[in-house]
Amino acid sequence: MDVILFLIFAIIAVVCAINVVVQTHPISSAISLVGVMGSLAVLYLLLGAEFIAAAQVIVYAGAVMVLFVFVIMLLNAGAEVRKGRSLMVQLLGVPLLIVFLGLTAYFVRRLFPGDVTVHFGGFTGGTAQAIGRALFTTYLLPFEITSILILIAIVGAIVLARKELD
Amino acid sequence: MDSFIVISLIKVLVVFAVLMTTLAYLQWVERKVIAHIQVRPGPYRVGPHGLLQPLADVIKLITKEDLLPSYVNKPLYLMAPFISVSMALLSISVIPFGPTIQVGPYRTWMQLTDLNIGVIFILAVSSLGVYGIALAGWASNNKYALLGGLRSSAQMISYELPLSLAVAGPLLLSNTLSLRELVGTQAGGFWHWNVLRGPFPQIFSFLIFLIAAFAETNRVPFDLPEAENELVAGFHTEYSSMKFASFFMAEYANMITVSCMATLLFLGGWNAPWPAEYGSSLVPVFLFAIAGVIALYHGMNAARKRDKYTFPAFGVIFLIIAGVFLLPFVQSWLMPLFWFCAKTGTILFAFMWIRGTLPRFRYDQLMGFTWKFLFPVAMLNLLVTGFLVAWF
Repeated sequence: MDVILFLIFAIIAVVCAINVVVQTHPISSAISLVGVMGSLAVLYLLLGAEFIAAAQVIVYAGAVMVLFVFVIMLLNAGAEVRKGRSLMVQLLGVPLLIVFLGLTAYFVRRLFPGDVTVHFGGFTGGTAQAIGRALFTTYLLPFEITSILILIAIVGAIVLARKELD
Repeated sequence: MDSFIVISLIKVLVVFAVLMTTLAYLQWVERKVIAHIQVRPGPYRVGPHGLLQPLADVIKLITKEDLLPSYVNKPLYLMAPFISVSMALLSISVIPFGPTIQVGPYRTWMQLTDLNIGVIFILAVSSLGVYGIALAGWASNNKYALLGGLRSSAQMISYELPLSLAVAGPLLLSNTLSLRELVGTQAGGFWHWNVLRGPFPQIFSFLIFLIAAFAETNRVPFDLPEAENELVAGFHTEYSSMKFASFFMAEYANMITVSCMATLLFLGGWNAPWPAEYGSSLVPVFLFAIAGVIALYHGMNAARKRDKYTFPAFGVIFLIIAGVFLLPFVQSWLMPLFWFCAKTGTILFAFMWIRGTLPRFRYDQLMGFTWKFLFPVAMLNLLVTGFLVAWF
């Protein structure tokens, strides 16, 4: 059951990801990206990380992508015109893709040698309590630094918006 | 295992049927309530007191011509109402309506499924509901619809922040994310409900939650996405027939969900306001008996000819319901269900009451209100709650 669900949602994620690139209209691409986020959330859920799954949906699918769609709608961006591919893309596209996939496979083999397999339901540290404890004990410093980083970004956004108003 | 599947199927069917009926009749109730606020009778022609009006509306909406304008973005135009209504109905699946119920040898919870992240699940699903409205507005290829969709996505993103912060308050007090356990921690009387419970009563976050919920469901006074006197009908201008009906259903289902959420988070869910040994189980009996007697009295002194039959019929029904609440073997599940429906219904009534009372906000007021007032207050409330919970 878990494997079947994994396959279904992994395929949906990959198809949606390809669709993001293939679609010419920004809104269609954005909606495909929402599909990717949603199926990733289901994959997290299958692995037992329920809090991360919900956070993924709320933050990425629910907030970030809504803002994307909002901006696309506000700017009224139309469909892109498909231009001819450049010579570089035609020559190097496929070889580079193969090199990239090979490198990924190589590093996965090196970093996780032996028969490391993922068991569905074998991970139990995905509850909200476990995440909270990990964030505020083991990973307190990265957590605080990230929040300061976000604060800086917010202050920067306000400063930029102010300037435009004058 | 087999019995689990069968029980789950039955529960899904029951919840779906009840929800659909409630959706249809909520609209009737709303029209009646607003009509009486505005001193007019409201729907009166179809059936006694317009009681068959929802049925007539459903038939009308189904049989209407389903227009597909030629200039729309077809896939997204067709997808939008579907997203709206499915996200709205999905969140009902984790709402617990009461404790366990015993049917023959089987014992089951009055809830479709219990997630240990139930609260976050509802927030996640409701945050996806924005797409339905935003995409409907955009795909219609109509300036009024687009403006409605834009307004609604901006409004829903903005009000989601105070809403989430307000939800965090009672979660700190109850120390759980499961809706079922959340109700368990509030048992024992209204002074244990999160809205009144120490160390810091969550009255402020209850009010913030309600205000943000009004905005999230696009209800008056925050119904700018469908402001009819400036945007025709807002995001659903181009929709007709069942597609229009699904937006309507989604709005009412969202109303029900947020009312259930407010009940579960702040008002103690299905717990009675005071323990049964002090007579809380007699409240519904009294209420229905009084309603029955009043209906009978008006039936005796009928103002209209038809009232001579309809009022006594309702009176007898109310008296029978009052009698049912006295039966000891149904009390164990009927009482919690009554309190849950009573609390949720009160909040739903507040929705309608406010629709009949308040005018619409101006757009800059709407945004200024959430960012300059609601958000800071919710933040402060969460901080104080956190400190006090840590202290005690």
